[in-house]
Amino acid sequence: MSTSLALLAATRLETFSMSVNPWMAFLPELVLLAGILTLFAVSLQKGQQRVSLYVSLGTALLGLVACFATYGLETTLFDGAYRVDAFARLMQMAITLGYALVAGVSSKLPDIREDARPEYFLFLGIHVLGLTLLVACVDVIAAVIALECSSFPLFLMVALRREREGQRSQMESAIKYMMFGIAANGVMLFGLSYLYGLTGTTSLTKMATVLPALGQSPLLVVGLGMTLCGMFYKMAVFPFHFWTPDVYEGSSNETATLVSSLPKIGAVVLLVRFVSLANPAEPALGLLLAVVAAASMFYGNLSALFQNDFKRLMGFSGIAHAGFVIIGFAAQTTAGYTAALFTIIAYVLMILACFVVICRVSKDGVNVPLSELAGLHRRSPLLAATLAVGIFGLAGIPPMAGFIGKFALLTAAYEKGYLALVIMGVINSAIAIYYYLRVIKETYFQDPQVSNDPVVLDTMTRVVCVVLILLIVGMGIFPGVVLNAIAAGL
Amino acid sequence: MNQLTFHEGIPYIRLLMLLPLVGILIGLILPNNVWQRYWALIVTTANALISLPLYFHFDRTTALFQFAEHSAWIPSLKINYTVGLDGISLTMVLLTTLIMPLCVLASWTYISHRIRAFHLCLLLMEVTMVGVFCALDAILFFMFWEAMLIPMALLIGIWGGQRKIYAAVKFFLYTMAGSIFLLVALIALRLHTGTFNIPDMMAAGIPQGMQLWVFAAFFLAFAVKVPMFPFHTWLPAAHVEAPTAGSVILASVLLKMGTYGFLRFSLPITPDASVYFAPYVLVLSVIAILYGSLTALGQTDLKKLVAYSSVGHMGFATLGIFCLSQQGLEGAVMVMINHGVTTGALFICVGMLYERLHTREMPKMLGIGKHIPIFTGLFGVFCLSSLAFPGTNSFIGEFLVLVATFTKSIPLGVWTIPGVVIVAAYLLRMLQKIAYGGTDNPEHHALKDVNIRELITLLPLFAGVFWIGFHPQPILQILAVSVRHIVQQTSGGGN
Repeated sequence: MSTSLALLAATRLETFSMSVNPWMAFLPELVLLAGILTLFAVSLQKGQQRVSLYVSLGTALLGLVACFATYGLETTLFDGAYRVDAFARLMQMAITLGYALVAGVSSKLPDIREDARPEYFLFLGIHVLGLTLLVACVDVIAAVIALECSSFPLFLMVALRREREGQRSQMESAIKYMMFGIAANGVMLFGLSYLYGLTGTTSLTKMATVLPALGQSPLLVVGLGMTLCGMFYKMAVFPFHFWTPDVYEGSSNETATLVSSLPKIGAVVLLVRFVSLANPAEPALGLLLAVVAAASMFYGNLSALFQNDFKRLMGFSGIAHAGFVIIGFAAQTTAGYTAALFTIIAYVLMILACFVVICRVSKDGVNVPLSELAGLHRRSPLLAATLAVGIFGLAGIPPMAGFIGKFALLTAAYEKGYLALVIMGVINSAIAIYYYLRVIKETYFQDPQVSNDPVVLDTMTRVVCVVLILLIVGMGIFPGVVLNAIAAGL
Repeated sequence: MNQLTFHEGIPYIRLLMLLPLVGILIGLILPNNVWQRYWALIVTTANALISLPLYFHFDRTTALFQFAEHSAWIPSLKINYTVGLDGISLTMVLLTTLIMPLCVLASWTYISHRIRAFHLCLLLMEVTMVGVFCALDAILFFMFWEAMLIPMALLIGIWGGQRKIYAAVKFFLYTMAGSIFLLVALIALRLHTGTFNIPDMMAAGIPQGMQLWVFAAFFLAFAVKVPMFPFHTWLPAAHVEAPTAGSVILASVLLKMGTYGFLRFSLPITPDASVYFAPYVLVLSVIAILYGSLTALGQTDLKKLVAYSSVGHMGFATLGIFCLSQQGLEGAVMVMINHGVTTGALFICVGMLYERLHTREMPKMLGIGKHIPIFTGLFGVFCLSSLAFPGTNSFIGEFLVLVATFTKSIPLGVWTIPGVVIVAAYLLRMLQKIAYGGTDNPEHHALKDVNIRELITLLPLFAGVFWIGFHPQPILQILAVSVRHIVQQTSGGGN
């Protein structure tokens, strides 16, 4: 499959590279931009929730098609600040696919103020555009701008939750999210200033030729370490994780779906770009990353053991998973980066599978305690199956995609001699089983307690569920396609 | 790619795994009623029939892995799809495929809700169990090994008894926690040998220091699965709470995966460490035999009694394996097969009693023998088989293991003798109470004897008891060369 893709791309390049406009490679971004403008026009009128939804879905799917159609086209735009290549395109595919799935999940938005729902889709679109730009930026200034473009809509979306009796934490969550975000970005910019000072350029490609030669310059390690803080915040890695559970809990279910999933792809891609600037032979950065990874895993998993709110549980599980992904960066090898990217894509699919269930089980958009999942397999077998696939995937049980991710990460770290980190990783995956099993226990082993009514699903949700199940299991059984495509792009 | 012989013609192993998968897809379409039972019966029976040619075409003169299939699967992670069978795995695969239709039959009336999901879980179990025994790629093996936890936990957790949640979670946690270091060990082996191919790993020759901790990782994973004392505590809970089919699968096949792991991984890949650790494992095995038997003696719940007897019987299997001799290993595999036949049958019998009396407490079923004579006759035969009565299947295995044990160390052999005696004590006591005990209880008069379906369920196992008991040669012939090969690998490494 991947070889045929590459072949296809090669033939297309041969035929068109002379005649084709370099802006063709920018097509997916343009599609998204057009979609956003349409959404903006739609949001100017009242009561256009359905239209916004369909425009979002259409934009996402068109964007996905455009990504496939332009796969293999390579070009550099904006004076070298923006490079479209197979790697960036692949990540954009993942992001647009995630966009379509998130839009599918957000079909109802019961907990967003009614008059703000069209704007919700507008913000969603801007966020996704920011991410698709981010993964292709090869200039730090452009990257920071794309990062901000993807961050600010999220702050707004968190705050958009409806206010009502016993539910007033959305503002606190939004402020917390924003404050942490600004602080982390400040640290990141400060770190970038060091990198600029060392190299005299903002271009990542030029930095990559200069920086490794600097060897063990403390300035480089400090600069890179501070730069990474921006991404740690996005991924919710210890010690930049504090916002995670509160934001998940305080934002509406649909917003939490988004916050927990797509931004992490962008963060991991940026991490690949920055971590590969360092010389792998120097142990300092690897050690730093290993410590951060271990701390994140233990903190996330141990805290998750005692959660009763499903979204909070997912928040802590997300911190642990972010730590797991960092294992691949500690290795500082192509195998490690490939594993990390594969894992994060798989993670996004699996977390989406969990959040579909949260959004649909929730009555009127309120938060879902674990006990409300009781007997879900009787109330809706499809939702229960989706949740099981997602949860077992997060737990790293084959044949779900999560297992391959875990395996590839551990192999990459072991290859570089991080035995202690590997052992901490597997111990954590054993700890995590316990709270994942709590979810399975409620879903499958308990009888319905809170409510016995069947959960009625619309067609869109059914499609989203089936697509997620197929993708998670498919990526677990045939991971070669994705792994090869990532490795070829790196 | 050494030690494999490929098979021209039908790819049996692939068929054995694909057929249940296709069965699952069709099962999803079929209506959620008695159709599911018939469909599962058809699929499992077809799988049993497909596995039979393996028995007839198996070349008994070579220790190579036969019927092998090999194709690249995930090249970037060096994972291949490699499967094949030697004598030991062949017997295990046959045990699995032949016991599955009986599991479907045994659940015919017992399972009344979520019928489709139940049979899908059974078919998934079949895929993963066959996969575990056929896999010759370490990660392929591990994936089946772990994937199996999901359907098994669901079988216990959804259709189980009163403490089903506790049992299912405990089962899952124990097995999963046991096998996390297995994955690390496999990755370490691959980085050292450059391959996940199990036969190549066997030939690679691992340095002694590494062998020790790799063996420890293997041991943890497999000992939990067997389960060996002191890792056995998940077993009684899981056995007691699981539905009949779940108990049968657990006893007949799942426990064998642990001992199979010792034979496939521990002994050939880490021979020096196996020799080094053997005395400790032998002592644990004897403790398991004594402990399992003594605990079984104190049970009044029939299922618990049979569950603890499993701990004792599997103690014989590990005892035989770590005698590291031809007789010991052959005996151990025979114990594995026989325990699958006999204990599976006993669990089916207990399930039948439960359906009639809605209890598993021995004091409440005193003297039912005269009302249901055919059932009691069959039950008696299985009990005699379980206590290794000469002429029944278990005798062969336990006898071989005991001979190997006494050859290895006389004190050790002496210590196993009380275990053998206590097994007879608790089984005969149970049989006596159920068949003749107590005073006449009017509630029992209306009990119905076995019907045709139940008879069909039990008769194959009944035949197996005497076939293996009187004529074990065909199975021993299948095992002999493969076992000799493992013994050579182990002793070769020990020198």
